Amino acid sequence: MQELEKLNNITTQTRRDILRMVHKVNSGHPGGSLGCAEFLVTLFNSVMKRNDDFSMDGINEDIFFLSNGHISPVFYSVLARCGYFDIDELNTFRLINSRLQGHPTTHEGLPGVRIASGSLGQGLSVAIGASLSKKINNDDNLVYCLMGDGELQEGQNWEAIMYAAAKNVDNIIATIDLNGQQIDGSTDDVIKLGNLRTKFESFGWDVIEIENGNNISDIFNGLEKAKSKTYLGKPVCILLKTIMGNGVDFMMHTHEWHGKAPNDEQLEIGLKQNPETLGDY
Amino acid sequence: MKNYTFTEKKDTRSGFGDGLTELGLKNNNIVALCADLTGSLKMNDFKKNHPDRFFQVGIAEANMMGIAAGLTIGGKIPFTGTFANFSTGRVYDQIRQSIAYSGKNVKICASHAGITLGEDGATHQILEDIGMMKMLPGMTVINTCDYNQTKAATIAIADHKGPVYLRFGRPKVPVFTDPNQEFKIGKGVKMTEGNDVTLVATGHLVWEALEASKVLFEQGISAEVINIHTIKPLDEEIILKSVSKTGCVVSAEEHNYLGGLGESISRLLSLNNPTPQEFIATQDTFGESGTPAQLMKKYGLNSENIIKKVKSVIKRK
Repeated sequence: MQELEKLNNITTQTRRDILRMVHKVNSGHPGGSLGCAEFLVTLFNSVMKRNDDFSMDGINEDIFFLSNGHISPVFYSVLARCGYFDIDELNTFRLINSRLQGHPTTHEGLPGVRIASGSLGQGLSVAIGASLSKKINNDDNLVYCLMGDGELQEGQNWEAIMYAAAKNVDNIIATIDLNGQQIDGSTDDVIKLGNLRTKFESFGWDVIEIENGNNISDIFNGLEKAKSKTYLGKPVCILLKTIMGNGVDFMMHTHEWHGKAPNDEQLEIGLKQNPETLGDY
Repeated sequence: MKNYTFTEKKDTRSGFGDGLTELGLKNNNIVALCADLTGSLKMNDFKKNHPDRFFQVGIAEANMMGIAAGLTIGGKIPFTGTFANFSTGRVYDQIRQSIAYSGKNVKICASHAGITLGEDGATHQILEDIGMMKMLPGMTVINTCDYNQTKAATIAIADHKGPVYLRFGRPKVPVFTDPNQEFKIGKGVKMTEGNDVTLVATGHLVWEALEASKVLFEQGISAEVINIHTIKPLDEEIILKSVSKTGCVVSAEEHNYLGGLGESISRLLSLNNPTPQEFIATQDTFGESGTPAQLMKKYGLNSENIIKKVKSVIKRK
């Protein structure tokens, strides 16, 4: 399966990008970034219909919003390796005068970014607005949104979840990165999220679960299934079960690496576990 | 002195509603959102004419601001409508990140601003909104004075690219500006010529300033009244020019003196032409229940208090 090998290679390279970006500036969020690498690589490279040139309005193409903006390293790597901007620009992550701010923004004009995010809980509302805009424009492409699971503790999400179902916004696929971790510990320790499938379904959403959210085939199949549920009157939610820090053994299964950069030695170990595939930036 | 009169009283929010109706008919990209206050915001005609472009979001203002930001992606021009308190304080971070920092072309239209909201009391009477909104980089802040100006402003902001905060009110107030006025964002309007004092007023206080100027004129004091509908960007030229002639200024607004129009004028003058200034504004306090007229009097937001402040500022020249 050539496609799978290609996506695996991009993912490995993206993991290297993430580690190198946060290591260089000794800050940033590697844990959630690594956990969503397979998902974003698959979404952008094999699922979304994207135009070659970036335009803010995103007419006649699928568009994506990142609500949990702190996983900017994976977002930037995926955007750069899809050709939205030169991969060398990844070198400027979090540096002064860079378009690659700590959290993504439209303010510096970085292609691929359509909304600023970082203050949590706002992305889904924006994605719903863009979905409504597509409907008015008779543009039958889709809107994707990725959110953290801890982020669901923000009340605005539940306003948006209620709205989308009540108003039959059925051209949106919202994915929850269900890694069970947040800054202060596990989501169970901080604020239990409960049964999210039941919650979303009771609000009137269609729910797809991807049991192994770090497996590219599972992700691809789950996304295709989600797409098949669109335009049927209900918004669609994907519960994506991921492992925070996936692909770097000492970063996995813990919240410790939510917002901490590896030191020189740790970087070397992480890079060794993920050999160069497409060439470093 | 030019003498302003009026034949009818109308609420500024009806100016917004009628402006929105007109816009909806001529521009298909205009969309409107409301958080369960369609009647209060006078958005019913737009809703009736364009059900496909009207979004009832329910009592969920944060979501409304986010949806509005998203609607701009694809070329829509969203007008959000709710009370000023729920348009700003309740959703400051949503406006800050999803609209202002993201540079989205959203028009935040806010009714029932200030103390003249009246009987509902302090929970609903926001006196801090101008300050919050003017501090956001890239945000245009407009506070209109009567029905005609509000209608003209509503239509004008659709052609301005970028986020706008449009502030208006609940009560019926005199209609005294030209129904066919050209509304220029960022350009003050000189209402009367005067030599002794400059009165720079915004919103409902413009009429009070004109009333004050009539009494002052009879007492031999000539006041130059400037109608500043746009608080940001401030028309610096019109104020500096007037003050260079009069040598003193009274600012007047239905807002806390902290963060309002008066402070913007003080900054302008301290940088360019230090000038005695007095402030008509609320004094770092919350409001309370009462009729608009009672509240304007109690909190010193009326022509009588403007006259007093004019007399004190002239002595400081």
